[in-house]
Amino acid sequence: MNKLELMKTANEVRKGIVSGVHSAKAGHPGGSLSATEIFTYLYFEEMKIDPKDPKNPDRDRFVLSKGHTAPGLYATLAQRGYFPKEDLLTLRHLGSYLQGHPDMKHIPGVDMSSGSLGQGISAAAGMALGAKLTGKDFRVYTLLGDGEIQEGQVWEAAMFAGAKKLDNLVVIVDNNGLQIDGPVAEVNTPYPIDKKFEAFNFHVINVEDGNDFDQLKAAFDEARQTKGMPTAIVAKTLKGKGVSFMENQVGWHGKAPNDEEYAVAMADLEKAGEALCQM
Amino acid sequence: MSDVKKIATRDSYGNALVELGAEHDNVIVLDADLAAATKTGTFKKVYPERHIDCGIAEGNMMGIAAGLSTTGIVPFASTFAMFAAGRAFEQVRNSIGYPHLNVKIGATHAGISVGEDGASHQCNEDIALMRTIPGMVILNPSDDVEAKACVKAAYEHDGPVYLRFGRLAVPVINDRPDYKFELGKGVVLREGKDITIVATGLCVNSALEAAEKLAADGIDAKVINIHTIKPLDEELIVAAAKETGKVVTVEEHSVIGGLGSAVCDALAEKAPTPVKKIGMQDVFGESGPAAALLAKYQLDGEGVYQQVKEFYNK
Repeated sequence: MNKLELMKTANEVRKGIVSGVHSAKAGHPGGSLSATEIFTYLYFEEMKIDPKDPKNPDRDRFVLSKGHTAPGLYATLAQRGYFPKEDLLTLRHLGSYLQGHPDMKHIPGVDMSSGSLGQGISAAAGMALGAKLTGKDFRVYTLLGDGEIQEGQVWEAAMFAGAKKLDNLVVIVDNNGLQIDGPVAEVNTPYPIDKKFEAFNFHVINVEDGNDFDQLKAAFDEARQTKGMPTAIVAKTLKGKGVSFMENQVGWHGKAPNDEEYAVAMADLEKAGEALCQM
Repeated sequence: MSDVKKIATRDSYGNALVELGAEHDNVIVLDADLAAATKTGTFKKVYPERHIDCGIAEGNMMGIAAGLSTTGIVPFASTFAMFAAGRAFEQVRNSIGYPHLNVKIGATHAGISVGEDGASHQCNEDIALMRTIPGMVILNPSDDVEAKACVKAAYEHDGPVYLRFGRLAVPVINDRPDYKFELGKGVVLREGKDITIVATGLCVNSALEAAEKLAADGIDAKVINIHTIKPLDEELIVAAAKETGKVVTVEEHSVIGGLGSAVCDALAEKAPTPVKKIGMQDVFGESGPAAALLAKYQLDGEGVYQQVKEFYNK
C-alpha cells in the first residue's frame, strides 16, 4: 500500500473504532485513535500474516499489551478481513465474541489475551524466545501505553528481552501523553522513556509523529535491520486523533460518545475521508 | 522405620523433568533464580540450552511461559509456591488461566515443611488461590513415585497445570508394582468402615500412620489419597462419606480454600456429612525444623491420630 492508501485505510479503521465504542456505550476510544496508524501499518504493511490462516505457526505475532484499546485492534482486524466489519457493532455486547479486552480464544487474529496492563509484553517476549528456540523466523510486535509502562512487570520483561537479545521483538510505546488520571508526566512520569529502554539493552527509535506513515515505515525498517538486541519504538502520538472533540482530551480515555457526539465524530471522519479522496 | 526410603518431591520434580526432556524436545524449563532449590538445576545440567533462567521476576516468568506455550513449547515454570501462586497470581490468572494456555507451573517449597525459612516462605494458600482459576488442574503428590507420575501427566494434559512439591524428604509410599496414576482419580490406600481420612501431599503418609494408631484403638479408618485436588474425585469422596458417615481432611495448607474446602463443597451439595478439616488453622507458620513444625501444627501421624480420634468420639 502507498501512503495515501494507508491513510484512507486508517480513516476507515477510525470509523470502526467510533462505531464500535458508540454501539458498546463503553470502551476506550482515545488510545485506540492515537494508535490507529500503528495498528494499520502493522497489519497492512509490516507483518507477515494471512487473515484466512490466522493460526499459521510461521506468522508474525502482535500482542496488544495495552489491551483496553481493543476497539482499535478489532477495527483493524475487521478492516483486514479477519471477521466482518458489521460485527464491530457487537463490541462488548452480551454473547458477542468481541470481548471488552482481547480474547485469543474466540477472536480470529488475536494472538494473546490481554488487558491487565504490563502482562502483554511478557507474553510477547515469550513468543519471541519461542521463535528462537523452535528455529522459526517470525517476528513479534507488542504495543504498550505510556501509562502502562508504570507497571513494574514491563521492566521485568524489558530486562529479560534485552538479556536474551530478542532481536525479533519490537516494543512500541504509544506515547500519547495522557492516562486516566491526567498527563502521564504529572501522574507518575515515565520520562525519559527512550533512555529507560536503552538502559535495558534495547535499540531505541524515537518517532516524532507516530501518526505519520513515513515515519512509522522508517522506524519499522530500522527495527528489522537491528540485530542482537530488541527494538523499542517510542512513538509520539495524539490521543483521540481524528475526532475533533476527542483530540488530546484526557476525558476521552475510556468514554463512549453519545448519539450526538457520534454524529459529529463520524462527520469529522467522513470529511477527512473525502479530503483524502481529493489527494 | 529408619530404612524407609525418603525423597523430597522437589527432587522428584527435577529428575522427572530430565526423563521428560529426553522423550520430548518441546519441554522447556523456566526458573526464577532458584534452580538449585527447585531442582530444575538437575534438568539444566543435562539440557542447558532448554533451561531458561528468568532471574528474580516471577510475574514476568509466567508471561514468558504463556508466550512460549503459544509456539508449541510446553514450558514448566518453576519457583517456590509462595511466588508462583502468590506473587504471580494475577499473571497466572490472566496470562495463563484465562486463555487456557498449555503452561505447567512447578511450585516447590509448599507448606510449613519449608522449615527454617519461616512464614514468609511457607505457602499455605496456593491451593486455595489456584482452585479459583477456571480450567486449572492442581496436582499435589504424596511421594517420589507419585510426583514423577504427576509431571508426566501434566505434560500429557492439554491446559494449565499447577504442580505442588515439597522441600522436605518424605517417605516413599507408592512404590508398588501395580501403582497406576490417573489424573483426577483418588486412590484408596486403606479400606475402613468407621471414618474416612482424605489426605493430600505429605499428609497422606501422616494419614496412613494415624490409621495404624486408630486401628489399635479399634477405629477402622479408610484412607484416600487425593493427588488431584482439581478436578476433584467427588464420586469417590461422596461414596466414602456415605459409607463411613464421617470425613476428615488432612493437608499441609490452610483449612480455608484447600482440600478440606474442596471436599466440603462436594459433600455439602451431594452428601452432607460431618467433616473435620485438619491443616493450618488460619495461622501463619514459623521458623523451625520441618519435622518439629509438622508436629507442632499436628500434621504428623501423631497429630492427625489425636485429632481424628477426638472427632470420631465426639
